[in-house]
Amino acid sequence: MPDHVLSLRQLDAHYGDFQALFGIDMQIAAGEVVAIIGANGAGKTTLLRSIAGLLQNKATQVTYQGKSIGALRADQVAGKGIALVPEGRQLFPSLSVAENLMIGAQTGRAGPWSLKKVYALFPILQERKDQASTTLSGGQQQMVAIGRALMANPDLILFDEISLGLAPVIIKSIYDALPDIVGGGMTAMIVEQDISKALSVSSRVYCLQEGRVSLSGGTNSVSRDDITRAYFGVEA
Amino acid sequence: MDWIVAIVQGTLLGGLYALFAAGLSLIFGVMRLVNIAHGDLIVLAAYMGLSTTVMLGVHPFMALLIVMPAMAGIGYVLQRGILNRTLGDDILPPLLVTFGLSVILQNALLEAYSADPQKMNAGAIETASVPVGGLTLGVLPLLTFAIAIAVIAGLQFIFYRTSLGRAFRATSDNSDIAQLMGLNKAHVFGMAMALALAVTAIAGILLGVRTSFDPSVGGARLIFGFEAVIIGGLGNLWGTLAGGVILGVAQTIGAKVDPGWQLLAGHIAFLVVLAVRPHGLFPRVAH
Repeated sequence: MPDHVLSLRQLDAHYGDFQALFGIDMQIAAGEVVAIIGANGAGKTTLLRSIAGLLQNKATQVTYQGKSIGALRADQVAGKGIALVPEGRQLFPSLSVAENLMIGAQTGRAGPWSLKKVYALFPILQERKDQASTTLSGGQQQMVAIGRALMANPDLILFDEISLGLAPVIIKSIYDALPDIVGGGMTAMIVEQDISKALSVSSRVYCLQEGRVSLSGGTNSVSRDDITRAYFGVEA
Repeated sequence: MDWIVAIVQGTLLGGLYALFAAGLSLIFGVMRLVNIAHGDLIVLAAYMGLSTTVMLGVHPFMALLIVMPAMAGIGYVLQRGILNRTLGDDILPPLLVTFGLSVILQNALLEAYSADPQKMNAGAIETASVPVGGLTLGVLPLLTFAIAIAVIAGLQFIFYRTSLGRAFRATSDNSDIAQLMGLNKAHVFGMAMALALAVTAIAGILLGVRTSFDPSVGGARLIFGFEAVIIGGLGNLWGTLAGGVILGVAQTIGAKVDPGWQLLAGHIAFLVVLAVRPHGLFPRVAH
């Protein structure tokens, strides 16, 4: 086992002529929960899309479990055990709740997660399993999106803005479920607008600012002032 | 009585039109691709059936065992080799490329088989008939209709009960997110085209047994297929069968009034449906 599950080396990302990420370096160790914070447009989602293969890069810019995966397509990356819970849930409207979960298992990776275990984690989904996914509330849809990613039995799970647009009580219940999810040794990266939520579940934090890492460190060792400075790029 | 016969014959003819249409409907549903070459692919399947029966001396229905996998293979390669490259935000490139494909197919068939009309010989079944409630119905039209129902039920099963169908629907919903699930879009689309052309093989063989065909008849089959899809409502396979039946009945009733009105009556029925229900009779509710 390499020391780092994931390492990014000088990762750049572009949308056409627009460069969204500039030389990102990151190392994520196995079993770590890492928070990625930053203002809107800092490149957080782009970072996750690059790791998941929705944006393709130079092969060596992303190394996962010792293999260069930067140039692989998203479906190939998924097969290697990286799952993304996308921003805005993005469930498949033509599929029922159960089908949305089952398609997560399409990669055929073995592991602890199954329909039964997802239903145990989010019991409401079992009651709603035959409904169209669009008929669920936002919070329930987020549970499906998380369950769908877990069904792939990933080694590394990427959460993009899982609390966005949800009621505080729902956010709390989803964050309460996180220890059960990552407790099994899964590595996680959490992109989150709500900084205190992100810091409360993570052991390390990276702050992005305009496509560059502006701060990184242990959750307990960075101060609020450090974060404010890294977040906004101005002296607090 | 004559009118009842016309309606029943039209209904059975509708089965064949539904078979023409099922592949079109499937491809459009999965990848929003309008395949202008669909009619010519039906004719290609008919010629492949003809060659198989002539070379191996087998019954046209037995030829399906060769033509179906062959057409499916052609579909997969065609999709991955050419059509996938045309798909994108712009709907024009796939239209132009499949139009070009249509021209190429017609001319290649003309070169290979000449313009002489051909027909497949299915033997006694072509003229066999059975009495049904006072009417005498041809076995072949009845069989065609039964096959159409079986094919559509089969497609429906694949779409809603199998992991392949789940992959089709997910990729159609959001191909980026489907990639995240480990689904290779290029492969999923290839499989959809393979399935569509396997159905086309059935349609082509039944066409070639029922009537004579030549390399130029694909265009009309495409129109009938399109009309059946639109009448039934986009994305609804059972609706496509209903659309085929409505088209078939309109044609036979038109022909009953005046033999020259057969095609016109079908097109008028299509226009009326389009004017009254622009989304077809049974549209799948879009999300």
